[in-house]
Amino acid sequence: MIWRVEVKQKDGILDPIGESIARDIIDLGFDVAGVRVVSVYLLEGDITREEIKRIGDELLVDPVVEQYSFDLKLPLQSSDHRVVEIAYNPGVMDPVEASTIKGIRDLGITGISAVRTARQYHINGKLSDKDLEAVTQRVLMNKLIQHVVKDPVHVPTSLGVTAPAASKFDVVVVDLLGARDRKLAEISKQGQLYLNLEEMRTIQKHFKKEGRNPTDVELETVAQTWSEHCRHKTFRGIIRYREGKRGKPKIIRSLFKTSIAAATLKLNKKWCVSVFHDNAGVISFDKDYNVCFKVETHNHPSALEPFGGANTGVGGVIRDTLGTGLAAKPLCNTDVFCFAPPDVPMSDLPAGALHPKRVMKGVVAGVRDYGNKMGIPTVNGAIVFDKHFAGNPLVFCGNVGLIPKGMETKKVNKGDLVVAVGGRTGRDGIHGATFSSGELTSESETVSSGAVQIGNPIEEKKVLDALLKARDAGLYSAITDCGAGGFSSAVGEMGEKTGARIDLDKAPLKYQGLKYHEIWISESQERMVMAVPPVHIEALLEVFESENVEAAVLGEFDGSGRLQLYFHGQQVADMDMAFLHDGLPQITKEAVYHQPALKKEKLSKKVADLTPDLCGALSHYNVSSKESVIRIYDHEVQGTSIVKPLAGPATDGPSDAAVIRGRLGSAAGIAVSNGINVRFGKLDPFWMAASCVDEAIRQIIAVGGTLDRIALLDNFCWGNPDKPDRLGSLVRCAEGCYKAAVSFGAPFISGKDSLYNEYTHKGKSLAIPGTILISAIGHVEDVSRCVTMDFKKAGNGIYVVGTTKDELGGSIYLENLGQLGNQPPQVDFKKASLIYRAVEKAARQRLLASAHDCSEGGLAVALAEMAFAGGLGATVLLDKVPFKGKQRREDVLLFSESNSRLILEVAPEHEKTLGSLFKGLPWARVGTVENGPEFIVYGLNKKPVINVFIGELKEVWKSPLK
Amino acid sequence: MINNVKVIIIRSAGTNCNEETAFAFRHLGASVDQVHIKALTAKEKRLDDYHILALPGGFSYGDDIASGRILANELRLKLAEDIQRFIAGGKLIIGICNGFQILTKAGILPGLGWSIGQEATLFYNDSAKFEDRWVHLKVESRCAWTKNLAPQIYLPVAHGEGKFIPRDKKVLEALSANGQIALRYCAPDGAKPSYPENPNGSVEDIAGICDTTGRVLGLMPHPERHFLFEQHPFWTRLPRKSEFGEGAKIFENGVNYVKENLLK
Repeated sequence: MIWRVEVKQKDGILDPIGESIARDIIDLGFDVAGVRVVSVYLLEGDITREEIKRIGDELLVDPVVEQYSFDLKLPLQSSDHRVVEIAYNPGVMDPVEASTIKGIRDLGITGISAVRTARQYHINGKLSDKDLEAVTQRVLMNKLIQHVVKDPVHVPTSLGVTAPAASKFDVVVVDLLGARDRKLAEISKQGQLYLNLEEMRTIQKHFKKEGRNPTDVELETVAQTWSEHCRHKTFRGIIRYREGKRGKPKIIRSLFKTSIAAATLKLNKKWCVSVFHDNAGVISFDKDYNVCFKVETHNHPSALEPFGGANTGVGGVIRDTLGTGLAAKPLCNTDVFCFAPPDVPMSDLPAGALHPKRVMKGVVAGVRDYGNKMGIPTVNGAIVFDKHFAGNPLVFCGNVGLIPKGMETKKVNKGDLVVAVGGRTGRDGIHGATFSSGELTSESETVSSGAVQIGNPIEEKKVLDALLKARDAGLYSAITDCGAGGFSSAVGEMGEKTGARIDLDKAPLKYQGLKYHEIWISESQERMVMAVPPVHIEALLEVFESENVEAAVLGEFDGSGRLQLYFHGQQVADMDMAFLHDGLPQITKEAVYHQPALKKEKLSKKVADLTPDLCGALSHYNVSSKESVIRIYDHEVQGTSIVKPLAGPATDGPSDAAVIRGRLGSAAGIAVSNGINVRFGKLDPFWMAASCVDEAIRQIIAVGGTLDRIALLDNFCWGNPDKPDRLGSLVRCAEGCYKAAVSFGAPFISGKDSLYNEYTHKGKSLAIPGTILISAIGHVEDVSRCVTMDFKKAGNGIYVVGTTKDELGGSIYLENLGQLGNQPPQVDFKKASLIYRAVEKAARQRLLASAHDCSEGGLAVALAEMAFAGGLGATVLLDKVPFKGKQRREDVLLFSESNSRLILEVAPEHEKTLGSLFKGLPWARVGTVENGPEFIVYGLNKKPVINVFIGELKEVWKSPLK
Repeated sequence: MINNVKVIIIRSAGTNCNEETAFAFRHLGASVDQVHIKALTAKEKRLDDYHILALPGGFSYGDDIASGRILANELRLKLAEDIQRFIAGGKLIIGICNGFQILTKAGILPGLGWSIGQEATLFYNDSAKFEDRWVHLKVESRCAWTKNLAPQIYLPVAHGEGKFIPRDKKVLEALSANGQIALRYCAPDGAKPSYPENPNGSVEDIAGICDTTGRVLGLMPHPERHFLFEQHPFWTRLPRKSEFGEGAKIFENGVNYVKENLLK
């Protein structure tokens, strides 16, 4: 039978969760006085009334603050007291359910067979049915994973999670051989394969040779293996590229090889240990360890279900670390998001799109949940706002790992067993790999709801704990994660050279009734696949058992060179591995880059008081404080943090790169940073790329890193690459990446691309602005020499290094004036490198009291941040700032976002040494740190153009995202 | 004959501050075993072999149902006798963050012994949010772990369920009368805190309590995250007087207590 237990707070106890939901409802414009949350547990099994009381008293209830009932009356519904109960859809598993079963068994109650959870919301306020529907859909639930329980007290007769297995099944064969082009296209579309006609024809030809039609799972396997997501067809294919209408076409054979990989090859750094081919790039750390770094996107899922999308994005990139070499240990997370501004009116959103405020809240919570629960500090990140991200937010999740030297390589041997470990397989995320290779539409939610999932970080933590034990005992020969494409991708990749034979019915399932092809391509989270020599299998299973992690032998890497799948003894697939991996036809795509027609900015004739402009820049969403987000992330777990995301005596200043120790107690550290700027890309993708590389490197230099040892990751998020203009700007961006990486001596070690970021609605295609995220990882020789950005001491000199130029294009200043401009900041690579070398030496000699990178908002914002972070005032003289260009005006000097500039704070006694380091380079003392609270900037005519208290500036900067 | 200080750190699914807690004890010369709860309940490992039991931070079993609940039940139902014997034997227990939640929900803290079951709880922060921030703490009790600490220390908290609530007034009075309130949140100048100085709304600003023996301590702040000087959030502004941070003394007290009282 099923018991229904409701748990709620005792009267008089504050319900903070309910209060916070009430605030969200009020935020939507409804008048409610409060919300109370009731937790509902449905317990199925052979359980007596006495036992249910024990379960309530000892497990489900906190006797100090909560009460429960299992004798139920109808909840009181009236016009000013509404009750809504929300439960997960069948197939979506709440991790609480498994924990509850464990908790009940711990009580010695063994009759329990299944648990489902729900939440009941008691809303105190006058809401019409329509209002209630709006509140339900926009605050309380996401219909992709949840539903309203229509009749809560009507307890169901079965929870439906223990249905008997369907033992009979038919192998589905797809009639490909007899299909004409139209039919081929239809098969691709109906099966959500996202394969184009040429690819479908290639598959048809292959099976003609085999003399038979493919089964459904064979076709699915090809679609997954050949998907843009897994094969990066755009970056690895042929591109015919030209600039402008009359430009000479240039043939690019693999953009990846000619830009990203070419830079790495040319630089040929000895400390690059493993680049591009594994789940993450690996570089040397110290004599015993290497570090690996990977950043991935999870855009499409986050657009539909922000919490689940970001949640599984973090989980996925952590598994990349676990699947690098023979498994690395995760050290820290870095996350970057692009959203539409939170104040966008609902009417400006594309139909079907969630409001950016909700997207942001969900994404941030999803990252928080996974990172915190896995005990991995989220040390760094950025949030970028631009209205073009309305239908298509970007979510970048990154992870750094530590791996002992010698464990960075792996090899599957013939005869190794295929072992799946971790979470069970369910119907989650079917078609994720192919789905992310197409555009979103307003119908995407219904078509692709199976692609949305929520994660279980504790499961992954258990996998991590067990995995490192097994790794150190040498119990397996290779490992990879189950990401997009599930087993199909993991086994397919690992067995490329050996082939594999798999019994799909051996996979542990979340619930019965899965079809064989669903098991094969399911993207259920928290799973890894390992190759285990038969001699170690017992020891390996024992290790996983000791950590309560499921491990199952699925089959064998059998040396056949074929991929053979069986289900209950019957063969359902038999494919040639070589065709799967090498059969993809090379496609030529057209690309054209048009320099956009842009107008030079129009500035006021005379520069007046610039204080309001500084406040405007500080309160721009991109610049403003992200403290409210940073604080809900555990950024200090593992104890390794050296330069934390929040700096200064009030722990609220915006740090540049994050620095962590590689290991507790070690002197050496790792710096992690990000460079991203969407507006520069609208002017010129080449200089956007160069600026992002410069920014990421600059941030590492600012905290005390060295230009000798910085590695880069690229993440391209672009529109549909089948459209020549989108692809043209992508090519130009990749060229900027190559140029910058080579010039700075900073190789790319890994990367990812997410294309088709377009939102088609009513026939109109809305593309995101082409966006590149450059993530950098740097070596820090001695963390005790690290520098933070907060001003330290009155009387110290303020220095600007690097040249400020007439480069207002794409600046925050112009955006606040409603303009874009036309001149993006460029990079003088040679000079920039010399400047960074000099700053590096200054840090090594401990000359720097503080240092801060100049980026969005220019000198003005950087100086203001240093002042209010340190709780100290400043006097700044603009006529001292090194400048090059025509418009030498105060606003240009203050707000131009020219690259390769830093602000340094140096004690008077070190000025001479500093001067000798910067000989021949652009540098100047521009001011002094002051004891008082005033922040005063004198213009070219020596009269103040900014005069304001640091407290005011801080308040302005903190309020937008409070 | 055991001649060194032996620490057992209990792990379960979701424990995640075990490494840094182990680092702190090891750095002070103790030997540390990180043991899965399963090995204890299966009697593969015995609490009797150790002097100090540490329950580190994390999200044991995801904090599903409520923070610490499931691991607390495991201790209470499967290891009660071993733990009682451990405490009666004059040994030490520390529970940090999730560990504090577990000790409280298992009824080991505050351990007034009036009844079976919970005498207090740690509930959702008033802010309804997980928050990572540094807090000032007033050191108050005669607890073995907090002896000779500076009168005020600076440590980070990182939790979503840290609001200390005693079952009733009687419990609160007893805690106060027995000197069991080890740490209270305070303003930087030591004055009565408001949010976020008291980050969770804890009753009477209570951040940590000990049992009646003074040898069992539970606290929400993380002393292991301020074990080293460079873990201080603005160490770049401060003179480096020692390699240690302000939380180190707590671990040192534990290790020294064993040396002075149990190893002699």
